[in-house]
Amino acid sequence: MTRYVLIGSGVAAVAAAEGIRTADPDGSITIISNDPDGYYSRPGLAYLLTGEIDTQLLFPFRAQDFKRLNIHLRQAKALRIRPAEKSVEIHPAAVVAYDRLLLATGASARPLTMPGSGLQGVNKLDHLEDARRLIQLAGNARSAVVVGGGITALELVEGLIARRVTVHYILRGKRFWSNVLDESESEMIENRLRKEGVILHPQREIVEIQAKNERVGGVRLDNGEQIKCEIVAYAIGTAPRTDLAREAGILCDRGILVNETFHTNQAHIYAAGDAAQIFDPDAKKYLLDSLWSSARAQGFIAGQNMAGRSVIYQKPVSFNVTRLTGLAITIIGAVGSAENIGPVEIVRGDSESWREVPLANVAEQETEHLSVRLMVGEKQILGAVVMGAPELSAPLLTLIRDRVDITPIRDQLLTPSASIEKILLEFQRISTGV
Amino acid sequence: VLRKLFQRENKRHVRMVEKHLVLDGKRCVQCGICSFNCPINIDVRRHAWENEPIFNSRCLSCGECVMRCPRGVIKFERIHLPEDGRP
Repeated sequence: MTRYVLIGSGVAAVAAAEGIRTADPDGSITIISNDPDGYYSRPGLAYLLTGEIDTQLLFPFRAQDFKRLNIHLRQAKALRIRPAEKSVEIHPAAVVAYDRLLLATGASARPLTMPGSGLQGVNKLDHLEDARRLIQLAGNARSAVVVGGGITALELVEGLIARRVTVHYILRGKRFWSNVLDESESEMIENRLRKEGVILHPQREIVEIQAKNERVGGVRLDNGEQIKCEIVAYAIGTAPRTDLAREAGILCDRGILVNETFHTNQAHIYAAGDAAQIFDPDAKKYLLDSLWSSARAQGFIAGQNMAGRSVIYQKPVSFNVTRLTGLAITIIGAVGSAENIGPVEIVRGDSESWREVPLANVAEQETEHLSVRLMVGEKQILGAVVMGAPELSAPLLTLIRDRVDITPIRDQLLTPSASIEKILLEFQRISTGV
Repeated sequence: VLRKLFQRENKRHVRMVEKHLVLDGKRCVQCGICSFNCPINIDVRRHAWENEPIFNSRCLSCGECVMRCPRGVIKFERIHLPEDGRP
């Protein structure tokens, strides 16, 4: 009987268990995780913060689901992998033997480093425990400072606003999420934030978090400005958890390096999800993704391969639909621009593939509540950012993923002030015959 | 006569299944807002995980889950059933 050991309790690990069971109904599956809350919807933490759901709703699996998959959950911290002995040393003291091992250790928030970063009231949003602490803090707070770019930072802003805390939002750059969004898209989000009462501080950095009775009392910015606050919440990027892998001699770059079957360079050891940096044959480089759907797909395939199948991961077009500032935002494919080439900081709900700069013309449509940007290649649409028109996300995903020839509408799309929304929906109607 | 019967039966099937809830599992992050807001406690989220439409006869088609899903996972769609009437 094969012994499968999965380190981590996120969606990649759970999907891996499902993948294993498609090929091996009998092997033993042990999930080792030191997160006391086990498997829950990490993206759902945003909605817990806004008060849209209760904590118990964050757990998609019930006890019978783990029983059905015959998973043994072990709450413990993995200390060391011993590849030569095919075992994992854990705390509380024990050694767990494996035949196949999966590292689904996820990614953690990059910590703040300025003086005062260790004070009580400084918070990230990695775990359910962080969300609980933030909710508790927000109950007694008047003001908060949020720092970072990308989806998690905005989720922090919106969660705190929903809890009636005044939010100061510190942006290191000129504008919000500048390496994925263009200027007008950032502006749209920023305007909506201002309407919600958020005070934005672009091109600023916190130089010190000040204490009051050993807790957060305020921050000082690089221009000398002081802001009183009781909470500092940060989401300045994530880093794959690679310590265990590195120590075991597994090849790592920014993440744990794996091929398209999720094998690491060590026999019988696999990695998937936010921790893994996967070889992309199209881009000819190893890329990071921090998307729930990618983690699930990767875990499932890794699990199948661990159980003896030979499944190759075809990296799907990177795609995310989320709601920010009340707007449905869809990002698909390559939407980068040449001005943003440089070191990449990945955040949650993010994909490095989005920063690829396609050889394309840009088609844009913009109104007060709608923004569509298409990267139009010679015959295909290569990437898209849509704000405020969720009905466009499905047809656009199909057009981009299936590399549909858009020659019949290419000129129309690129006509200045074209109604891109209408053109696309009409094209979809004709193509599908609906 | 047979063709008429078949057409009538087919129309009935189409009507029966008109506007079922269809879920796009690839978009879903299992946050549970849909299940939380279902007035009759259908575990909508599980359907998204399994990528299965909701054929639950208790579904009120109220649209709460469709409206509240922050990621546009759920849609009302017309589904044509095969002749045996099963999905």
